[in-house]
Amino acid sequence: MALPQVAPVEAPEIEEAPADDRPWVTVVWDDPVNLMSYVTWVFQKLFGYSRERAEQLMLDVHHKGKAVVSSGARERMEMDANQLHGYGLWATVDRA
Amino acid sequence: MFRRNGSQCVATFAVDEVRVLRKVAGEVVGLLTDGMDHTDPVVSRLFPDIYPDRPDDSAEFRLYTEGELKTGKIDQAGAILAALPDEGEGEVRLDGEAAEAWLRAINDARLAMGTRLDIQADTDLSEELELAVVRDPGSSRVFQLSVYAYLGYLQESLLNALPEID
Repeated sequence: MALPQVAPVEAPEIEEAPADDRPWVTVVWDDPVNLMSYVTWVFQKLFGYSRERAEQLMLDVHHKGKAVVSSGARERMEMDANQLHGYGLWATVDRA
Repeated sequence: MFRRNGSQCVATFAVDEVRVLRKVAGEVVGLLTDGMDHTDPVVSRLFPDIYPDRPDDSAEFRLYTEGELKTGKIDQAGAILAALPDEGEGEVRLDGEAAEAWLRAINDARLAMGTRLDIQADTDLSEELELAVVRDPGSSRVFQLSVYAYLGYLQESLLNALPEID
């Protein structure tokens, strides 16, 4: 026997957290062990950056102590940082 | 040291080099399999906090990712062991995938050794080695510094032997 049809209860309105559209960034930090040529290679390999761009980023890391290497959604940045850890680079995630 | 041969990176290793590379790769595998101690500076360098100012978020992220990251590092160290001759001298030929695994594994080994040796940005390796030799030529520090320097040259030679990415 079918239950009598009832009108669906209105779902209580959940207040959406305000969308935070500030992107997140992956930051690579300078360290005294990684070879400059290796860091450049990793940026080319992982992000598909041109040799020029990869070298510039590597030099930024080297001279400024850190550089933003990618930006976007948080989960994406976590993935990037995790992959960079696989290559042995010192990477963290932060808000832009 | 590696050189390019067709699509492969090729190196001929002497007996001592094979022995050292086996030892170094074996030590990385040991470090990763012996129940890692996160207060060990080598472990924190190989597995950095993803959010330096937010330990809870870092720990949660670690919970989901560390196993796979660790397996990857064990596998890449394993690629070194797999390609080397069992004993004695011999030639190693690496295709693109194996060369990448070697590069990553050599890097992990250099990170581990560099952290233990307290290598800093301004460390002059040959000066450091000379000092260590003067103090005690048979010391473990002399050996570790020599291996660390050797691995740097080896990694650089492999990078140079790779086909261009662009």
